[in-house]
Amino acid sequence: MTPQNLSQAPIAKPGRPWEPSRKEKGGKLVNLLLAIGIALLLYFFTGLNGKLGFFIAFFSSFLVVMFVAEYRRAGIPAAQDSVLTTVSRFAIAIAIIPILSILSTVIVKGWRGLHWGLFTQDMSQATVNDPIENGGMLAAIAGTSIMVGIALVITLPISILTALYLTEINGKFARPIRFLVQAMSGVPSIVAGLFILSSVVYPITGERTGLMGSLALAILMIPTVARTSEEVLLLIPNELREAGLALGATQWRTVAMVVVPAVKSGLVTAVILGIARVIGETAPILLVSGGGEATNLNPVSGPMGSIPYYVWKSFLLGGTEESSQRTWAGLLVLLVWVLILFSAARYISSRNQKR
Amino acid sequence: MSVTEAGVRSTAIPRALVTKPRRSDQIFRVVVTSGGLSSLVILGLIFAFLAYRGIGVLQSEGLGFLTNSNWDVVEDENSNIISQDYGLAAMLVGTMLSASVAVVIGVPIAVMSALFLEFYAGRRIRNFLIALIDLMAAFPSILFGLWGFLVLMPSVEYWAKLLNKYFGWIPVFDVPAPVFTRSPFIAGVVLAIMIIPITTSISREVFSQTPLDRIQAAYALGATRFSMIRAVVLPFGRGGIVGGAMLGLGRAMGETVAVFTVLNIVYQVNWQVLFGAGGNIASLILLKFGEADKEEVNALMAAGLVLFLLTLVINGIANILVSRLGKTGR
Repeated sequence: MTPQNLSQAPIAKPGRPWEPSRKEKGGKLVNLLLAIGIALLLYFFTGLNGKLGFFIAFFSSFLVVMFVAEYRRAGIPAAQDSVLTTVSRFAIAIAIIPILSILSTVIVKGWRGLHWGLFTQDMSQATVNDPIENGGMLAAIAGTSIMVGIALVITLPISILTALYLTEINGKFARPIRFLVQAMSGVPSIVAGLFILSSVVYPITGERTGLMGSLALAILMIPTVARTSEEVLLLIPNELREAGLALGATQWRTVAMVVVPAVKSGLVTAVILGIARVIGETAPILLVSGGGEATNLNPVSGPMGSIPYYVWKSFLLGGTEESSQRTWAGLLVLLVWVLILFSAARYISSRNQKR
Repeated sequence: MSVTEAGVRSTAIPRALVTKPRRSDQIFRVVVTSGGLSSLVILGLIFAFLAYRGIGVLQSEGLGFLTNSNWDVVEDENSNIISQDYGLAAMLVGTMLSASVAVVIGVPIAVMSALFLEFYAGRRIRNFLIALIDLMAAFPSILFGLWGFLVLMPSVEYWAKLLNKYFGWIPVFDVPAPVFTRSPFIAGVVLAIMIIPITTSISREVFSQTPLDRIQAAYALGATRFSMIRAVVLPFGRGGIVGGAMLGLGRAMGETVAVFTVLNIVYQVNWQVLFGAGGNIASLILLKFGEADKEEVNALMAAGLVLFLLTLVINGIANILVSRLGKTGR
């Protein structure tokens, strides 16, 4: 055959036998419409009402329709399979709906409370029920930044040393320590607050300050940062360590010059996740950092405000439209902060994977 | 040295390899080890300080601290304390009740979602949904609390009434009076939503460790996805699912703010989930702390100690279950 003939020969279109045929797609659509129809009938002719009522009606009718359709197609095993498929689809829908609802609620309700003064004024001259233009979150934002910053300084060495112990030394305590770090991540946040209260505030300082808030946050942050750092350290290939040792470096030099630089961005991710974990912690902050209205930049004296405290106070003391706007604007700021941190962490770790 | 046999050519005498770390390495190891022990130290200190503060109350109340449900301090007009009585029974029951509701509602949804993400979803949808669920895990609890208060509470109250209407003959769903607001059930629903992310991600991790050869063997035998999951994935992941559920339980028991906003705290043991009276140790601490005097603070410390030990035990069991599975699976 000459090349010319070859090009003229009909080229077989690659088949895709795994794809549903048009008939199957049509069948699916019919099933869906049937389920919606039955759900509407149930909805209007029985006691079910409200969004939940429709959801339940749709869920059960879809389950039955799919079951019957699959049973007619391929018997009992296929019908059982369809039940699990339907149930798991609805489960993920139930899991996702609250997230979307939370996001939309905070954005819609918080939007109205936003104004420029939010970032330039504090609440020392205003109460939560004042018009929304009076006062702002300056004290809260500054306080949260300072507390989280100090907590970070305390957390970083401890958690990275813990992670290094678990991966580089892996000594005889490694198993119990791994266990304890995991147990520590389950310590209720209010217990961390009580601990700082009983160990530092009452016996030593006698005053609730921003530093106490940072200590409480650090306790909650250590397990998150340590575990994430351990995970990224475990990803480092052992050859890298062996190469360092083979070049005559001591273990300390290998870790400092080879291992840690190699996981630098992973450690940054760990830190960001740690910050996101504690930035909205409310209970320990309410217990130990006092909660001030005026902007206080000194972490070792006087009460310090924070975003969760601002939200909490507006929620508890309010009752008016203004206080509700303040509450949700505070939550919106908090949420934006969490979103930024979260996307930064994902961006850094995904960029890392590509390399 | 007994290894060298006489008569064989004079081989080199075997020697043991001894490495003595240098000074810098010795220091490095000491520093890292001491840093690694910090979690032990912190947990120990938490226990020690809470016990030190709370021991007086625990001694004077004895076992009644756990079985009695009064929490009151009587003062005269000069605010001298006449009598004080501390008991956690109502709060303990309330903590268990709302956390159990959370687990009963949240865990099936989470496990099913994990199955969907791992075995049904396409790659794109899967990555997007996982990101969304991870984001949800990072939401602060105050957000859940206020959202639950504003958005969820009215509709959950309606569901509670329906449950009571049709299933009121089951003792748990009965109510002594038609008060459905701020019940443990509502708190449980909020907590269920809060524990879905962590339980989903742990179950998903466990499911993803299912050996691929077994999955493919099941498919090769003609199994549907359902029978593959029932025969391979669920038996393999059982321990992990239970562990994930218990981690969720631990989270739910220690939650403070989200419960505080939606629960009516009443010092009375209440087993009826739909009735608007309940409690939670953590929110009791938050509620009472503001006005507490020195002795009551000590009682709150003792309550914190109870909560700490409770969550520690539950988390410990959960972690053992999850990690044991990880080992046998590989």
